[in-house]
Amino acid sequence: MAVHGGMKKNFIERALPTVSFISILFLFGIAMTLIVSAVPAFREYGIISTLSGKVWRPTDDPPVFGMWPLILSSFYVTFTAIAIAVPLGVGAAVYLAEIAPAKVREIIKPAMEVLAGIPSIVLGFFGIVFLAPVVKNIFHLDTGLTGFTAAILLAIMSVPTIASITEDAVTAVPKELRHASLALGGTKWETIIRVSVPAAKSGILTGIILGISRTMGETMTVLMAAGGSRGIPDNIFVPMRPMTACIAGEMGETVVGGSHYYMLFAMGLILFVFNIIFNIIAENIKKGKNK
Amino acid sequence: MKETHPEKQAIDKNRYARQSAGFLVLKACVLSVVLSLIVLIGFIVIKGMGALNIDFFIKFPENGMSEGGIFPAIMGTFLLSTGAILFALPLGVLTAVWLTEYSTSMKMVRLLRIGINSLAGVPSIVFGLFGLAFLVKFMQFGVSLLSGIVVLGIMVLPTVIVTAEEALLSVPKSFKEASLALGATRWETMYKVILPNAISGILTGVILGIGRAAGETAPIMFTAATFFTVKLPDSLFSEVMALPYHIYALMTEGSQAGQMEIAYGTALVLLMLVLAVNAAAIAIRIKARRGRKW
Repeated sequence: MAVHGGMKKNFIERALPTVSFISILFLFGIAMTLIVSAVPAFREYGIISTLSGKVWRPTDDPPVFGMWPLILSSFYVTFTAIAIAVPLGVGAAVYLAEIAPAKVREIIKPAMEVLAGIPSIVLGFFGIVFLAPVVKNIFHLDTGLTGFTAAILLAIMSVPTIASITEDAVTAVPKELRHASLALGGTKWETIIRVSVPAAKSGILTGIILGISRTMGETMTVLMAAGGSRGIPDNIFVPMRPMTACIAGEMGETVVGGSHYYMLFAMGLILFVFNIIFNIIAENIKKGKNK
Repeated sequence: MKETHPEKQAIDKNRYARQSAGFLVLKACVLSVVLSLIVLIGFIVIKGMGALNIDFFIKFPENGMSEGGIFPAIMGTFLLSTGAILFALPLGVLTAVWLTEYSTSMKMVRLLRIGINSLAGVPSIVFGLFGLAFLVKFMQFGVSLLSGIVVLGIMVLPTVIVTAEEALLSVPKSFKEASLALGATRWETMYKVILPNAISGILTGVILGIGRAAGETAPIMFTAATFFTVKLPDSLFSEVMALPYHIYALMTEGSQAGQMEIAYGTALVLLMLVLAVNAAAIAIRIKARRGRKW
């Protein structure tokens, strides 16, 4: 008699769990590679003094590896971008989820997907040739390639991430809540502001955190548009060199196996750790909501 | 009634004025996003059009990248992105099959999901570092098509898994139950019923993965790409040119007069490629929804 219903598994079925965990293996492999390459750098120069060092002169003799200006630049650019992107992304998502007629949705949603798909190199290029001169003229700066220019580009890039997660969250708010609010005489706007958005709060927060995570990891846009200066930025309107831009811009000049080479891996490890932390926070918000 | 509540009337008027203002703000948000997309695409199209002609697509770069075409970069991007998807597709679909149909332990599923999400969030430059240290140096693949394909393949894997999973889940349970009730095994059901019905969704994932891989620069900077080649890659171990890296090279290396125009042209070609890929994915999804009988 034939055996039915998944009693006996064929070769592929038996391999499935192993194959599935290859993703984890890749993640682990990336982490290991970064750690192995970062250890020599941290051992030679010390973790604390590297992270808090205020001068980054990797090609001097002897080289000085202080990552603080680069870390600070990453934060400046990322949080300025998010400050611009959150109102736009959340506003657009609430409009799409609550107000927009079906026709408008059918146009805007694909447009958002297209925006999400624009290569970062094209955005960076657009930043140099279009946005930088505009920023320079409006703010009367010496150069248009500044943290602010990069932040605007990154904001454009992170709007779709924030908007799509926010929209899902707002759409998932039960209709009963809205109906209750409307039945009590609330206007549509009051229902949105006092019922739908608060009820979708954790989803919106998840979207923002994932947006921060993606933005901090963006490379080509900041490499091309942020200006690349290695000094400690004291405001957003100066040229700066975030960590991603530093790695991408300097790796080509390093000697494989030299201190600078390992130092850039150490910087990659920092970015990797930030990504994991943001993901865990997002995951915990989701888990908290489900309870 | 109305006369007796002038105060309430005023409040109501105020409330609806606030609603109009609120809606206006939300519309402005959408409008500014759409507007920035239009400006971006419009600007690149207008400035890039001048560079496009047949020669631009079929010729090699000439005279230090200031003349000629971008044929090797187009070929390189084609090879890298299709190679990456060939790498990611089997892994991604099998993972999605396990997640949707075979997994039994919630803990394992949760662990795997956190892993996939984290992998999706790894900065593109970190993929580049991994490729450089592990594939190029440790595995001794060198700066090559192969290293680039593997790095990009790992990078698009989460996209493929997530879209494949959605596609598999969108197949109605009744299909599966009918198949199992007819005596088919779990694998036969998966292979002959669920997968064929999920194929358009999986195809969407494939196309999006290709688009993503084609547009990436940072992962291939140290692993596969080169500024200039005189010939097309003849093996998996050759260096390649690629569209996104070509733009970067034109902006950073040398400063000859013709470079800027070629950079605009290359940006336009890359943008059109990615837009076409996205449009195809959207079209497939709409068609699949219309053709669906459930």
